[in-house]
Amino acid sequence: MTGVASAPAELETERPAEREEEERDRPWIVLVWNDPVNLMSYVTFVLQKLFGYSRDKATKLMLQVHNEGKAVVSSGTREKAEHDVARLHAHGLWATLRQD
Amino acid sequence: MLVPSPIEPDREGGYRLRLSDGERELLRTLPGELRALLDSKHEDPGLRRLFPPAYEQDEEGEAEYRGLMADELLEGRRAALRLVEETAGRDRLSAEELDGWLRALNDLRLVLGTRLDVTEETYETELDPAHPQAYELSVYAYLTWLQEQLVAAAAGEFG
Repeated sequence: MTGVASAPAELETERPAEREEEERDRPWIVLVWNDPVNLMSYVTFVLQKLFGYSRDKATKLMLQVHNEGKAVVSSGTREKAEHDVARLHAHGLWATLRQD
Repeated sequence: MLVPSPIEPDREGGYRLRLSDGERELLRTLPGELRALLDSKHEDPGLRRLFPPAYEQDEEGEAEYRGLMADELLEGRRAALRLVEETAGRDRLSAEELDGWLRALNDLRLVLGTRLDVTEETYETELDPAHPQAYELSVYAYLTWLQEQLVAAAAGEFG
């Protein structure tokens, strides 16, 4: 993008820097989706192992995945969320990330 | 218990593995088949299930994620499968080896389950011996049973 061409557009945008900062600050969430193969016990185990959750918390999240089709299992910066997704993928869970 | 658990924690922080010769043979053979499939880079729904997208609608983010992670994820899967092949004859697994077994068994179930198009109800119906995929379904059922046992043993360490 050249400075000259983008100048009029910038005038129309309200404080773009601030808006960009807000955009960046919104946390990213990691979702685990239900699938017919992963065992309920295994999903609970993986959530305990990767995130250090108690058995109760991991079980609640697993049941939410099972009953509602998905659950938010972690959140944070984009880098952290991507790292968490990769660890879940390494364990065969169907995980995605998106900005909240 | 009529069927003793195939895996039990021992006193040294590892696990005692108790499997029949037939089970060990299966566990030596199956991982090699999946490794061959991984190497073939074939377009396969089972393989797609092993590498789901991280981003649902962001193609650029997804391409970046693949670029960063694809090799590491593939190598992790290959290593876990190799581990099961190499340790299928053992009577003892370390905690770390058990973790590799869990991931490898899960990968085998994901690929087999995707091919067999299993649903959550697959566990509830009895296996029909006349089913054209009766053998694959019974292997899937065995792997499911074994994984349940291994998860129970591994989860023990969380209390």
